[in-house]
Amino acid sequence: MSITLNDVRKDYDSQTAVLKNVSAKIETGEFFVIVGPSGCGKSTLLRMIAGLTPITAGEIKIDDTVVNDLPPKARKLTMVFQNYALFPFLSVWDNVAFGLKARKLATDDINARVKEALKMVNLTKLAKRKPRELSGGQRQRVALARAVASDAKICLMDEPLSNLDAQLRIKMRQEIYALQRKLGLTLIYVTHDQVEAMTMADHIMVLNDRHVQQIGTPSDIYQNPRNAFVAKFFGTPQINILPAKRSEENSHIVNVSSDLQIVLDEEAPSANLQIGIRPDDMQVKRADGVESNAVVKNTEFLGDETIVYATLNSGSDIHVVLPGKADFRSYEPIRVTANANLMFFDPDGKRIDLSKEAYVHA
Amino acid sequence: MLKSPASNPTAGVHSADTQAKIEASEKTFSLNAKDKYYAWLFLGPSLLILGVFIFYPMFRTLYLSLFLTNTVGKPTVFVGLQNYVNLLTSADYLNSLLVTMVYVLGVTAATIVLGLLLANLASKQLAGIGIFRTLFSATMGVSVSVAAIFWLFIFNPSTGFLALMSTWLHLPVIPWLTNSTWAMIAVIITTVWMNLGFTFLILFGAIQSVPRTLYEAASIEGASSRFQFFHITIPSISPTLFFVSIVTLIEGFKSFGLIDLMTKGGPTNATNMLVYRIYKDAFYSGNFSQASAESLILTVIIALFTLLQFKVLEKRVNY
Repeated sequence: MSITLNDVRKDYDSQTAVLKNVSAKIETGEFFVIVGPSGCGKSTLLRMIAGLTPITAGEIKIDDTVVNDLPPKARKLTMVFQNYALFPFLSVWDNVAFGLKARKLATDDINARVKEALKMVNLTKLAKRKPRELSGGQRQRVALARAVASDAKICLMDEPLSNLDAQLRIKMRQEIYALQRKLGLTLIYVTHDQVEAMTMADHIMVLNDRHVQQIGTPSDIYQNPRNAFVAKFFGTPQINILPAKRSEENSHIVNVSSDLQIVLDEEAPSANLQIGIRPDDMQVKRADGVESNAVVKNTEFLGDETIVYATLNSGSDIHVVLPGKADFRSYEPIRVTANANLMFFDPDGKRIDLSKEAYVHA
Repeated sequence: MLKSPASNPTAGVHSADTQAKIEASEKTFSLNAKDKYYAWLFLGPSLLILGVFIFYPMFRTLYLSLFLTNTVGKPTVFVGLQNYVNLLTSADYLNSLLVTMVYVLGVTAATIVLGLLLANLASKQLAGIGIFRTLFSATMGVSVSVAAIFWLFIFNPSTGFLALMSTWLHLPVIPWLTNSTWAMIAVIITTVWMNLGFTFLILFGAIQSVPRTLYEAASIEGASSRFQFFHITIPSISPTLFFVSIVTLIEGFKSFGLIDLMTKGGPTNATNMLVYRIYKDAFYSGNFSQASAESLILTVIIALFTLLQFKVLEKRVNY
């Protein structure tokens, strides 16, 4: 089942337009991730799709049916909540069976489905336990089993992994992904964690400041961010965004203060620009014999790579990821360069696409 | 500096000694004289008050219930358990037990059902619901005497609101306080009305603390609001529900003011509940020993319910 969002908008009494102009098409069997910082309205959007929160304007369609005014149960979907929403007074088995009993299914059918769902999430042995007797990961799996048992083809998940520790999160991430693929679910998954978004999604919707910033595949979003926010949101460590000016003498040259000079094969599109450079697209050399353009603040050795934090002479902070171990002392003068994958943004952060190559003149 | 290594062994011995002391005190928990002094100092005031107002009257009651007493309550002849035997074989007393049971069960059932209904209603997100929340809990601030007089006006057979309504609708006027059955119903209605504020407030609080996501999850899975009420709300608040039931039950057994003001136990003992009976036996008839025996029976009944509450609450906290 596919979901279509058409210019969806949400106003609250106290606050107008917490979300506006949200449009997207989520295909059948797709793993769709909505990602954004806290308070960007991503959970609100999910709740609107579920029917728990009414929408102010626009249209939500499931397949070809407009569901704007349909109650949650008529939308034939399931939802996994951040706190799992397990019934503390019911056993694991009864928790999974709850919705099926509510819909008054035949007992044989209920038993078969619950058994199958518990088997799928490896909880068969714990069927008689109460939720308080389970670990965080197991509770999470009960919530998943509930979604599986309901047999709905659309599943919504609201930050389902945020209560788990880092190790378990990676494990559950894979389990959720496998489950989604196996059952062919159309899954809409809300998270604030860019790693979860990148690793699981077929398509990502980036939400910020009440608007959809970009919708695209993970690689598209990473390599072709439509604005500085998206560029900064994905990738660890964050992309370097540096203010730059077009040279007055030569309109093909863009200067980041006097520290970096970028040569374009075409005229720079505007007098003021922002340059985005991923930390692993930069190089650092000791300023032996060459003029330095930055000073090392500190380095972090991570085993397979080293992050060098430095300050350009003009005052901008940058960080560079170097492979392996790199020895730089604090306060050591260095020369920073870059030669590939430069991104250009206008002063408001909007991406400027250049048709030709640009490189840093070292 | 040189001494410090030498002092180590002593420190070791000392700490072993302390360890032994700690172990000993864990086993026997004995207090030294100074601790005892402080213990009594802190316990003293409450023991004194409890002693004078609770323990002494209790033992005095037990004592009196084993005697015959004169009209000023002085024990005269020791009769052992004769007072209890008399009571439990008296049709009059057994009637009192019965009407008290009817009253208590009626009050508790009606209070819980209505309280739950109002609490559930008030938990809905509706415009102006705040006003109703205040109104529903308002009877908490009404004293027994005011409530009794208020309802006496309503039940008045010639000028009361209910009588006027019946006349207006051409229905027979109900003899609220003059017919045995109706008198019981009238007293139950008044008590339920009085109880409702407290019960509503407690149940409302309990319902409010049930996580919203449970209802949301259920509504997504297709549970009707009726199903949600019986399968989420009720089990979630069951410990509170049980607590309120027991408190209402016990308060019901202790009911006195309302009876005194509304029916005085009548008509023909139809509302002659245990506490009102004790009051009449002791202070009207001067039969202090019998009243004492009745008090003790009442104490035992209430103690049993309290015990039940403790036992069940211990076990039945379901999560």
